[in-house]
Amino acid sequence: MRLITHNMIKLFLLGEFTNESPMGIEVEKMEVRKVGFNPYFLKKMFDWVNYNALVEASKIMGYAELPDVADPSMLESEEFLRKFHHALLELHLEEGSLVCPETGRKYPVNKGIPELRPYYDEV
Amino acid sequence: MTYKTAQIRLVSSHPEVYEPCDDSFALVDTLLADRTNLVQHHPTVCMEIGCGSGYVITSLALILAQEVTGAYYVATDINPHAVAVTRKTLEAHGIHAELVVTDIASGLETRLTRSVDVMVVNPPYVPTPVEEVGGNGITSAWAGGENGRSVIDKILPIADKLLSDRGWLYMVTLTANEPSEICLNMRKKGYASRIVLQRSTEEESLHIIKFWRDPELEVTEIKMSNKPGHGTVIGSLLSQISQISFLSNCSSN
Repeated sequence: MRLITHNMIKLFLLGEFTNESPMGIEVEKMEVRKVGFNPYFLKKMFDWVNYNALVEASKIMGYAELPDVADPSMLESEEFLRKFHHALLELHLEEGSLVCPETGRKYPVNKGIPELRPYYDEV
Repeated sequence: MTYKTAQIRLVSSHPEVYEPCDDSFALVDTLLADRTNLVQHHPTVCMEIGCGSGYVITSLALILAQEVTGAYYVATDINPHAVAVTRKTLEAHGIHAELVVTDIASGLETRLTRSVDVMVVNPPYVPTPVEEVGGNGITSAWAGGENGRSVIDKILPIADKLLSDRGWLYMVTLTANEPSEICLNMRKKGYASRIVLQRSTEEESLHIIKFWRDPELEVTEIKMSNKPGHGTVIGSLLSQISQISFLSNCSSN
């Protein structure tokens, strides 16, 4: 699972969701896999990602190069785009868990695949 | 020139996972036939709901790979075995898509709202007793409840939420699912549609429907609801005209 996917997960299993925080991450195993650099895609994604969540998640994954604050003018900098690219697309959570900020419940990630199945009392 | 789709010999399998069959081939053939449009469409986010063996999402990524770089592919299935098989199928073709075990798009709906440019769905469309719907083994690949519509009717409102303003949806249906009624329901939400492929197999008559948002349909709906009197007449006339042209597109089963 790339961090771009972590960035788009928001559990809604308990009905009304009030907590704006992203899912927590517990890392047992992560991998770095290189992938083609595409500035066009990254610029589109910049508008869409929760940047603070990406910074926090990449730190948990051991990558602390992303600036804490970013604004669209930084998209002109290839150095920034390369870091954004690496954090968003090249850091893979292979084994571990996603942790719901609302309930503290854990959702396992095995072989890079998160399982977002509801707990029995949430159905 | 021929374009690559997923190769059957590289598609992984598992006893609890639906293998590529006529319906999967019909959907991939549709994508292949629409390839030029898909490339021009240049999707940023592509999603499959119910990825099964991974044959369709792998094919979509391969069909687009040469011209559309950097798209984000995400596929879901409620069956964890299916998602594991999809991962192997993707790897065997050297393709990456993000995978999530979840029911339809649970957990992704909020952040992916109005973001998906191309969605592909081969839903469980077989008419079955309602009790068979809702498992997470291989029955989830085909059990569709009454008229085979139970899961289709759950997926469509979610698709409507997730599709971007320029989003396209390709979905497999059977005659028994009443595809023209599905098109009418989607039309009320502002979607134009066309049955882009019909194919009769030994067991079933397949229809692949393509849906896209049509701003004119949405305008008509607003006119109808906002203007009483005169506006209503014009609105309903407009609605009838577009309904006639729509029906000629979408009632040939």
